[in-house]
Amino acid sequence: MAPTLTFPKGGVHPPESKKLTENLAVEVMPLPAELEIILGQHIGAPCAATVAKRAEVSEGDLIGEVSKGLGVPLHAPASGKVKAVGNSGHPVRVSAPSVTITVDQEAPDKQYQPRDWQNDTSQELLKRVHDAGIIGIGGAGFPTHVKLKPPSDNPVDTLLLNGAECEPYITADHRAMLEMAPEIVEGAKILLKILGITNCVIGIENNKPDAIKMMTDAANGTAGDGFSITVQPLEVKYPQGSEKQLIQAITGRKVPAMALPSAVGVVVHNVSTTKAVYDAVVLEKPLVEKVVTISGKGINRPANLLVKVGTKLIDIVEFCGGVKPDLSRVVMGGPMMGFAVSDLNIPISKTTSSVLFLTDEEIDANPLSACIRCGWCLDACPMGLEPKEIGVFVEGNRAEDTEQFGVFECFECGSCAYVCPAKRPLVQFVRLAKMKAKRS
Amino acid sequence: MDPELIKLAIGGLVLLGCVGLFFGIGLAIAAHKFAVESNPLIEEVLESLPLANCGGCGYPGCEGYAIEVVTDPDVPANLCYPGKEKVAERVASLTGKKMAAMEDTIAVVRCSRIEGRVSHKHRYVGFSSCTAASLGFGGPSACQYSCVGLGECAEACPFDAIEMKEGFPIIDPDTCVSCGVCVKTCPKEIMEIQSMKARIWVPCHTKDLGKAVMGVCEVGCIGCKMCVKVCPADAVTYENNIVKIDHKACIEYGPACEEVCVSKCPRDIFLPYQGRQVIARDVESGLKMAG
Repeated sequence: MAPTLTFPKGGVHPPESKKLTENLAVEVMPLPAELEIILGQHIGAPCAATVAKRAEVSEGDLIGEVSKGLGVPLHAPASGKVKAVGNSGHPVRVSAPSVTITVDQEAPDKQYQPRDWQNDTSQELLKRVHDAGIIGIGGAGFPTHVKLKPPSDNPVDTLLLNGAECEPYITADHRAMLEMAPEIVEGAKILLKILGITNCVIGIENNKPDAIKMMTDAANGTAGDGFSITVQPLEVKYPQGSEKQLIQAITGRKVPAMALPSAVGVVVHNVSTTKAVYDAVVLEKPLVEKVVTISGKGINRPANLLVKVGTKLIDIVEFCGGVKPDLSRVVMGGPMMGFAVSDLNIPISKTTSSVLFLTDEEIDANPLSACIRCGWCLDACPMGLEPKEIGVFVEGNRAEDTEQFGVFECFECGSCAYVCPAKRPLVQFVRLAKMKAKRS
Repeated sequence: MDPELIKLAIGGLVLLGCVGLFFGIGLAIAAHKFAVESNPLIEEVLESLPLANCGGCGYPGCEGYAIEVVTDPDVPANLCYPGKEKVAERVASLTGKKMAAMEDTIAVVRCSRIEGRVSHKHRYVGFSSCTAASLGFGGPSACQYSCVGLGECAEACPFDAIEMKEGFPIIDPDTCVSCGVCVKTCPKEIMEIQSMKARIWVPCHTKDLGKAVMGVCEVGCIGCKMCVKVCPADAVTYENNIVKIDHKACIEYGPACEEVCVSKCPRDIFLPYQGRQVIARDVESGLKMAG
């Protein structure tokens, strides 16, 4: 096996807690009675609904479109009737415009037939990726077709597939790599053709040896196609799966501050996004479902579920046997970067990779105290920033002066807050600082 | 004494004297040549301002306003809210600007979370600031438009006119000068500057409608628009899901309407407002109700 690589600066080792779900095969969750599809799931302009109340829709029908600006279309995840075009709960914005569909349980499952994509031009492939509504489903939600059209002054030579999955608890990508390795590799070939390059590296953290083996086997099967697809094991260290850290670990290239990966000739896509690209191009299936890890000690039956976009948390809780009495916090996303929610009527979006039900023993709700200037956060920060200074400035009502500490370079991985012995909510300070610095 | 020593002392004195004289002349020339022409008017205007540096006028501190009001003919003389009419008159006479009427205004809280018995949807742990708490799922209150109650406005108020009682801001009408700092600070935008002469006060700022409001608050606006329909002066409008009152039209119409909006509002969010006592009374009774 090739030697493991990692990024040079910072990083932490939180308990992985992946044992709860890593050996559970992906289960298909039965259709819930109702789906709430949020219209603004991607970074960019939100979709405008193209269906009206009481309209009949079938699986894969267009229900939202972006007329101006950055964005991708939105599709009906299941057949049924539009109940309302209104608002739904949202983990960050609290409420957001959405389309509610009453699912027709009698409707037959839509069948998808594989087709040959080899004769498509890269323009046609790109259009298929856009039309299928594909965005970075690892969490960022950036429209995939935009990343596949790098600026012409920065030629791209390497495609990286992100299978690091460094967040604790989450095993959705792990299961996808185990169960859908050939599809992911096929998707990688499609991406390579669109980009017009041949070199692809799949980065996987070393705590998933089975996934490394599966992906290596699948990649080796493509030898002779003119593509060079290899698997690169990575050291287990958070945040290995962050775009800039992954690029530096695998290629040794450092993405400049506030620049995109294409500045160093690299494009990064998540392995699950790559699988969605395969679905879009080969099966002509839009992005309407995704694998979500349901984990934590507060849920009766942890699972890796294939759910439709728009499934509400309450339905998932019911399917997973309910919550335990000592449940203390529900987090959408990973424990390091996710958002706590206080309402279960929130739908899954294209970017939700996990929902965690955490008990008191898994969280730390101790009150914050003053910064003791120990400097652990400086050691932990993968971007080489000074989180403690940002926190002190925010507390001192000088949030707008934090740009000097590179607050806009922070991608809120939470390593600093994780190591802080004073329990300071440093990521929250950073978010406040960004908000106020932008405003001033 | 050793004559050598005396010689040395005199030499030193002469040398230092010459150096001092040289730099003195240099400084005198420099002071003359690079003199900054200061406008004595700015100084005078600055002296007439209260020097609270509250920023209510929209300029960086009192000096910032003094400079602008003297140099820019478009900056009106009545922007200093803490100074009220007296200062405005003085500034107007100094700058030769027309003295526009200055209304007595005050900040009001457009929320009645306590009276509405708005519950908490989650426990907030973290940095005690309303803006920070609002970042996490819209804040701990069940109504996402309601007061968070961590007192960021009270902390920001340069005149200490806001006191937090049971996690709710209470504005002291005697101290509040309506500088507007709380309006800019509140992440939920529930503070509003209102005329002291206003007849009506609407302590609700929700943008939700009907059932969504009923479920979380006993005295939240449900958007029935009854107030818009009944107002004979057409002073009430309902824009972007919020009741807006044109206080000028309301005051001009006068008491002939017998405050029909107050009696017709099914949610009791229209309150008669006559300056000071009423605010205090309502908040006190609200605290008792919630307590």
